[in-house]
Amino acid sequence: MTAVVDLTTAPRAATRRKLGRSRVVAWLVLIVSALFFLIPIVASVEFSLRGVHDTHDLSTWENLFGQPGFLDNLITSLELAAGTVVITLVLMVPTTAWVHLRLPRMRRLIEAICVLPLVIPAVVLANGVLVAFRGGPSWITGSPVILALEYVVLALPFTYRTLDAGLSSIPLTTLVEAGRNLGASWLTVLMRVVVPNLRTSILNASILSAAMVLGEFTIANLLLLNTLPVWTVQAGQQDGEVATAASMLILIVTWALLLLMSVFGQRGARRTGRSS
Amino acid sequence: MTATIDTSTEARPGSPVRLAGLRRGYGQVTALDGLDLDIAPGELVSLLGPSGCGKTTALRIVAGLEHSDAGAVFVDGQDITKVPANKRDMAMVFQSYSLFPNLTAGENVAFGLRLRGVSPAERRKRSGELLELVGLNQHYDRYATQMSGGQQQRVALARALAIEPKVLLLDEPLSALDAKVRVQLRDEIRGLQQRLGITTLFVTHDQEEALSMSDRVAVMNDGRLEQCASPDEVYTRPATPFVAAFVGAMNRIGGIASGTEVEILGQRLSVTQPPEVPAGSKVTALVRPESVLISPAVAGTVRVARSSFRGPVTRVTVELPDGTEVDSDLPSSAAVDLRPGALADIRFAPEPVMVIR
Repeated sequence: MTAVVDLTTAPRAATRRKLGRSRVVAWLVLIVSALFFLIPIVASVEFSLRGVHDTHDLSTWENLFGQPGFLDNLITSLELAAGTVVITLVLMVPTTAWVHLRLPRMRRLIEAICVLPLVIPAVVLANGVLVAFRGGPSWITGSPVILALEYVVLALPFTYRTLDAGLSSIPLTTLVEAGRNLGASWLTVLMRVVVPNLRTSILNASILSAAMVLGEFTIANLLLLNTLPVWTVQAGQQDGEVATAASMLILIVTWALLLLMSVFGQRGARRTGRSS
Repeated sequence: MTATIDTSTEARPGSPVRLAGLRRGYGQVTALDGLDLDIAPGELVSLLGPSGCGKTTALRIVAGLEHSDAGAVFVDGQDITKVPANKRDMAMVFQSYSLFPNLTAGENVAFGLRLRGVSPAERRKRSGELLELVGLNQHYDRYATQMSGGQQQRVALARALAIEPKVLLLDEPLSALDAKVRVQLRDEIRGLQQRLGITTLFVTHDQEEALSMSDRVAVMNDGRLEQCASPDEVYTRPATPFVAAFVGAMNRIGGIASGTEVEILGQRLSVTQPPEVPAGSKVTALVRPESVLISPAVAGTVRVARSSFRGPVTRVTVELPDGTEVDSDLPSSAAVDLRPGALADIRFAPEPVMVIR
């Protein structure tokens, strides 16, 4: 009897086994990572739902909105998020577009400057702002406006990078020149050519900035201003369940924003057949 | 504000354009070195030249997208050198499809009309007409990504024409398209330009495009204008050795100057311009391949080096006794027996040739 060995199937089987093993490892890493994030969240939700005598109910969540200062601080945080987003976009969209159009060689330098807030400790930033605005008008120094300005700085890294990536993905120079050539002023070019084609990037930058503001505690606390995260920490010293529910609320709002980003991004990409 | 848009597509008197002494440098590099050019109303002039000759710089200066270091641009006799791009009343079609990706074809065409305060109904009507003019009325609601390159350039052309510009600027609009679409769109652009009578400046490095589309061809080299003349004149009577070499193929064959004639390979030909050299001096004659006639001959003086079939024409390259290679474009039927290695006779069509030292 002659044994026939198929030389082509043997290596294929080895490759399949190898692929199978790496797939198992990938799933394992995914599951461990998911558990790492989900367990604290599930535990927090469970804790916020605890009632008396080891029962579970919505009483903590129902009481949350009636807690003194909660709504005020929630509104302050939402206002701060909106203000930060508006100031950041008004400042960064034209600047980044101008850098792409006229100062392309400066892109790396400007990126480096925009990333600085990531490597400067929050306490240094907070003190810097206090020193810079010492003697400044009280509508800035004595109000959340100063915090919004601080958050604009903190939002620079993701705003710049997101807009930079978006601008790199479109033929900006040609589009701007086409717009100018057809009779558009610089402002019109910005509003009708640049902004619509950066829709997804602008949305991403906005939501990342808003999410950062909604969760920021250190600087607000150092500047002695009340926001939802500051209120949450203070509330946690008296009622852990309320604080946990407030934390979960911040998380839900942030996730809702991210979901919004994803939906709008996909819709924009579907409409034009591309994304930026 | 409501602007009145002429919805007819009949010819209107175009605007005269004059470029006077345009200069532009980038550091040590001179892109434009005193460019003078007059374009008559309704004329299509091509700026033709190799990469880096300054043709695109000139076009961008006319469009106002770039400034000149010296010189001026006049449209309708008015100096518009300092006028910003958005107020020049010109429209440009770019090499890269420059349609706004967030707008449909119809919205792209209507973009300039909207800026001019045209009502939505009128915009819709006018952009539909222009898309029909370029054969794309079915594509009104399509985005750029849903159209081919040729379709996108047609929309870009319709968008440029929609604002009824004084001058139409074409920056190599066909170079990104495949050969068949390029030829088709080339004819369409020329047809529309003539029909609308719009003054047009067309930048290209493709001599076939320039020769087939233009009223006049302006050949540029190193930021300077070498010759500006009709396509026929540029081809048959090149003003400079550069034009002779750049436009079409050209053989360089050694000869002996003799007043108003030159003797090459025993044949005397008249010259377009006598060289400033004494009679009997060695010169180089520039002869087009179609003016070189090769015929098979058993006792021929030249040997066929190679031949390249190009459809109706075959390019036969022969080697002269001194080793020089000469190209000849022959009807393919006449080139059948001219196989590599075969001996042949060489003659030249009795036409004036250009001679250089």
